[in-house]
Amino acid sequence: MNPVYSPPHPDTTEGSDDAEGLALRRLCIRLAGKVLVDLDAHIAPGRILTIMGPSGSGKSTLLSVIIGTTAPAFTVSGRIVLDGTDISHLPPQKRRVGILFQDDMLFPHLSIGANLAFGLPPAVRGRSARRERVVRALADIGLEGFENRDPATLSGGQRARVALMRMLLAEPRALLLDEPFSGLDAALRDHIRELVFSRARERRLPVLLVTHDEADARAAAGDRIELAHTD
Amino acid sequence: MTPLKVARNHPRCARQSVVILIGLLQIVLVSGRTPASAQPVVNAEWVRTLDAARGQTVYFHAWAGSTHINAYIAWAGREVEKRFGVRVEHVKLSDTSEAVSRILAEKTAGRTEGGAVDLVWINGENFRALKENGLLYGPWAETIPNWRLLNAPDHRELTTDFTIETDGLEVPWSRAQMVFYYDSARISDPPRTIEALEAWLVEHPGRFTYPLPPEFLGTTFLKQALYGLTPYAHELAAPATDANYDRVTAPLWSFLERVTPLLWRQGRAYPQSGPRQLQLVADGEIDLAISFNPGEASAAISRYELPPTVRTYVMNYGSLANASFLAIPFNASATEGAKVVANFLLSPEAQAHKLDPEVWGAETVLDLDQLSAADRRLFETMERGAATLPPDALGTRLPEPHPSWTERLEAEWDARFGVGR
Amino acid sequence: MGRPFWSRPVTPRHEDRSPFRYAPLVMLGVMFVPVMAGLAGTMLPAIGYFPALGGDSISPGPIMDLLRWPGFWRASALSVTTGVGVTILSLAIVILFTAAWQGTRLFSAAERLLSPLLSVPHAAAAFGVAFLLAPSGWMTRVISPWATSWTTPPDVLIPQDPWGLTMMAGLVAKEVPFLLLMTIAALGQTESVKSRVIAQSLGYGRTWAWMTVVLPRVYEQIRLPVYAVLAYAMSVVDVAIILGPNAPATLSAQVVSWMSDPDLALRFRASAGAAAQLGLVGVTLILWRMAELSVGCVARRWAYRGRRMQRDRPLRVGALVAAAMPIAAVLVGLLSLAVWSLAGFWSWPDVLPSSFTGTTWLRHASDLRDPILETVRIGLLAVGVSLVLTIVTLEAEQRFNLNLTTRRLGLLYAPLLVPQVAFLVGLQTLALESGLDAGMAAVTVAHIVFVLPYVFLSMAGPYRAWDDRYATIATAMGSGSQRTLWRIRLPMLLGPLLVAAAIGFAVSVGQYLPTLLVGAGRVQTLTTEAVALASGGDRRVIGVYALSQTLAAAVPFMVAIALPRFVWRHRRGLQHR
Repeated sequence: MNPVYSPPHPDTTEGSDDAEGLALRRLCIRLAGKVLVDLDAHIAPGRILTIMGPSGSGKSTLLSVIIGTTAPAFTVSGRIVLDGTDISHLPPQKRRVGILFQDDMLFPHLSIGANLAFGLPPAVRGRSARRERVVRALADIGLEGFENRDPATLSGGQRARVALMRMLLAEPRALLLDEPFSGLDAALRDHIRELVFSRARERRLPVLLVTHDEADARAAAGDRIELAHTD
Repeated sequence: MTPLKVARNHPRCARQSVVILIGLLQIVLVSGRTPASAQPVVNAEWVRTLDAARGQTVYFHAWAGSTHINAYIAWAGREVEKRFGVRVEHVKLSDTSEAVSRILAEKTAGRTEGGAVDLVWINGENFRALKENGLLYGPWAETIPNWRLLNAPDHRELTTDFTIETDGLEVPWSRAQMVFYYDSARISDPPRTIEALEAWLVEHPGRFTYPLPPEFLGTTFLKQALYGLTPYAHELAAPATDANYDRVTAPLWSFLERVTPLLWRQGRAYPQSGPRQLQLVADGEIDLAISFNPGEASAAISRYELPPTVRTYVMNYGSLANASFLAIPFNASATEGAKVVANFLLSPEAQAHKLDPEVWGAETVLDLDQLSAADRRLFETMERGAATLPPDALGTRLPEPHPSWTERLEAEWDARFGVGR
Repeated sequence: MGRPFWSRPVTPRHEDRSPFRYAPLVMLGVMFVPVMAGLAGTMLPAIGYFPALGGDSISPGPIMDLLRWPGFWRASALSVTTGVGVTILSLAIVILFTAAWQGTRLFSAAERLLSPLLSVPHAAAAFGVAFLLAPSGWMTRVISPWATSWTTPPDVLIPQDPWGLTMMAGLVAKEVPFLLLMTIAALGQTESVKSRVIAQSLGYGRTWAWMTVVLPRVYEQIRLPVYAVLAYAMSVVDVAIILGPNAPATLSAQVVSWMSDPDLALRFRASAGAAAQLGLVGVTLILWRMAELSVGCVARRWAYRGRRMQRDRPLRVGALVAAAMPIAAVLVGLLSLAVWSLAGFWSWPDVLPSSFTGTTWLRHASDLRDPILETVRIGLLAVGVSLVLTIVTLEAEQRFNLNLTTRRLGLLYAPLLVPQVAFLVGLQTLALESGLDAGMAAVTVAHIVFVLPYVFLSMAGPYRAWDDRYATIATAMGSGSQRTLWRIRLPMLLGPLLVAAAIGFAVSVGQYLPTLLVGAGRVQTLTTEAVALASGGDRRVIGVYALSQTLAAAVPFMVAIALPRFVWRHRRGLQHR
């Protein structure tokens, strides 16, 4: 057994500040009895917690635990509290935790407009109302008139912006970033990173950033946790 | 202006009217002489049958080895549906015994109604099997209006099936007679006795075969050869016994032992059906073939399946002939529908259509003397094709032996030349 | 709460009780229940128990009766020789061809031919082969009389030769494409190209390199398909009726003819024959497995010697010819059927008919309607049920991380390893025993047993390869798993979905025995009609039916290829998949 976490979790497991932001309380992930991740952390609204570590250190497993799509092979204990609510036992689609991957994951069979509309909550009713929100969202990221475009015809930067906007339209209350900038070339990377971080701050979203790029961590300017290799 | 006025004003038209009137009179008079056929006999009983039949589906189990027969049955089905509202489903059998086995199976399983078979095309041993086991509905044959057109009392062969009395359990549908056909472009003087056939095979090894018994045409060939070889042909009408079987059939087996190595493929394979021989003749694989339908060769020529030089002939000592029948199983689901279908199949129109070499080319069972002049003309004016013999050239008709002969012949053939070889 | 709150599992539990969880069980049940019930229905009469026919005690009678049938030993021997011969030949051709040509442009061309070849029903291929190889067939027509001086077709016993060689040729022509497809699928899971190149760089000839370093891994993957080919070739009926010997016929063909004999007592012998067929296949499979082990042992010793076999050019050419022959036989055979269906009079040795006419097609157009409708109805139903079961199972596997991979994949092949007659005979017996009406529904159930494995095997790969992160993204945006399935996953998998459906449909179209035996002859599809015409030998009509049958199987493939291209014509990301 080789517990690998950093920093050691404080004795207080539930602070009064859990009413806002994303709190991971005594979260411990085990695989076949072996502890993979053990941490206790709180991310305030608009703040970014960066998790760094080599591959195989359980970063993606941690994200899947927060999203709610963990494979049954893992044993998880502890609580995930979002804006004061324990979401640990909610089905993934009710957790309102957004995620962005390294790849944009735009649905290739839907137009740009339909991709955005997929994120839009069903509470926005009526064809024209939904359409109007999509048009506005596109204008917001500088892609006016792109509704009917095939995602495959967009540039990497454009696709990254659509992916971000699609996730934001779903009105998440926290954002997870799974090495979201490493697929972009250097010039674009800074631009998109700035865009994502600023949007998250504007909406006061707690952000969990998983990366192994030092520049990402510096730009996040928040707390940092290093996960060790488990082997 | 009414036509009547025209007639008054124009003498020529008046003359025409008179001619038409006389014609009408003639028709009335002529039909008066043959009252049986002028009008279908419509009695209350038959009207009730027609009513009950409407909307029924008749599962007609019929041998389907010939696509032309299938097409004919499909035509009849369309007509019957159009006229009487009865649907016909042709259940295509590769051997009629399949239908017999189904009826037997249903009987064994205790299904006394709602059976799978409504009407079956049958004769010989299959009929005997059903009749002996009480698996047939009826007697019903004489209840259908077109029965009279057969003039059955004058035609014994229409009420006995392989020497078994039909007892009204089946109606005759078609006639068959064994004929041989050959390509006149290849051979000029085909053998007309069984002995001549053997001599011809010695000179032309591999150029003749017959369908694999127990396929009915193959079995029929065995019987035809038996008639040509045995001195005891008169004993075939009674059931075969252990006492006479060997003596009667010995000449057949010694003949077959001699000629089998001279057959197509040295007798190691046989065509699986009669129609298969058509392809063999067309391909030039054999020169001589048999058929149980004197019109088959002409029909095949018209469909490009045989060269136009093919001709038909019969053996000098006569040809095996029989009738085939339609029967209704005891547990049929659509008895009335089956009767309506059978009645239509016996109508002059359907029988004449069947005679057409372009369609099927099969002999009618109707007695032409019973038909109206117009109906009779349908048959008399039919172009039968160059390869079809005229009725008077078909020679002596040899009756089918008792079915017990058939069964023994098939079993012994199988043991000597089939699997048991 | 007995446990501390932090030890509660964090994973959502609401889906634990979902009926979806049992989908894999349901799927296996749908495949196995008919097979098991059918086997029971075969075994009981084989040992004398068949109350409806008066057999109410167990006795060795039927088996003794079968052994007394004079053709038994020859029919059994024929079953083994054709089955083993077909499997060895097909496997050898596929291995040689893949070893010699994998990675070349020629190999990709052959790959593209596979789908159309696979969709050709066995019966249609057999009819084509029959006309090619017959003494009066196309081959002798092309070379006669100028090269052979034959004025009439040679009097040799082909097809239906007593050794079953023509039948083997017909089967090899159909099994080579199947095994080749399975091999290509297996190659995707092994690092075949890298391994071969490394071996080549060590000085090994291309063919030998592949055989020593790739084949052992590939064979592991295609073992079950090879067994399926062996079981199928040993017990096939429709091809045997068309091309096989008939005095005696193969054991399975003989069983089918006993099943339709008016003498119901023969049902006992038929059941015993079906049971014997099952035993024969079982024993042969065990012997094959033992042969595999010894061949592997010998091959390892060879490989240890390190011979390089660099000059493999003649071998490569030989492999190409060997692979081209069956493919050409099927394609040219189909062409010959097309010519026959349009032929006027056509005498031997003319290479082409003296005239062409559409009358054969016209005459049979109305007869074709019902069998086509029945074929399509059964095919659509069987494919529909199979697709639903497949998707539900794969989705359940996904949602509950059920492990239904390699080990249990063997179960999928099990129905394909049981000879068809062995359990279909029993199904007909059960229908008779229970008085149930064997109709279209029963036939469809029997078709599903054969369609489902193919649909599942062809769907599973693309389904599992689909990037899960699409689902994660959709879920994170609040989409439930149903919505994700219908709006994201299935549309993105439209292409593979249609291909799986087309494969399933082609399998259904080609089924002869399930339709004949379970339908008790009352359900008539294009295949049963075509095979029924075989005895008539009317090549024109056979051409019409065999081509219709081929088209019925091929059209869905064309749709499966064309439809996604059309639907996604404005979506570049979904093309070239």
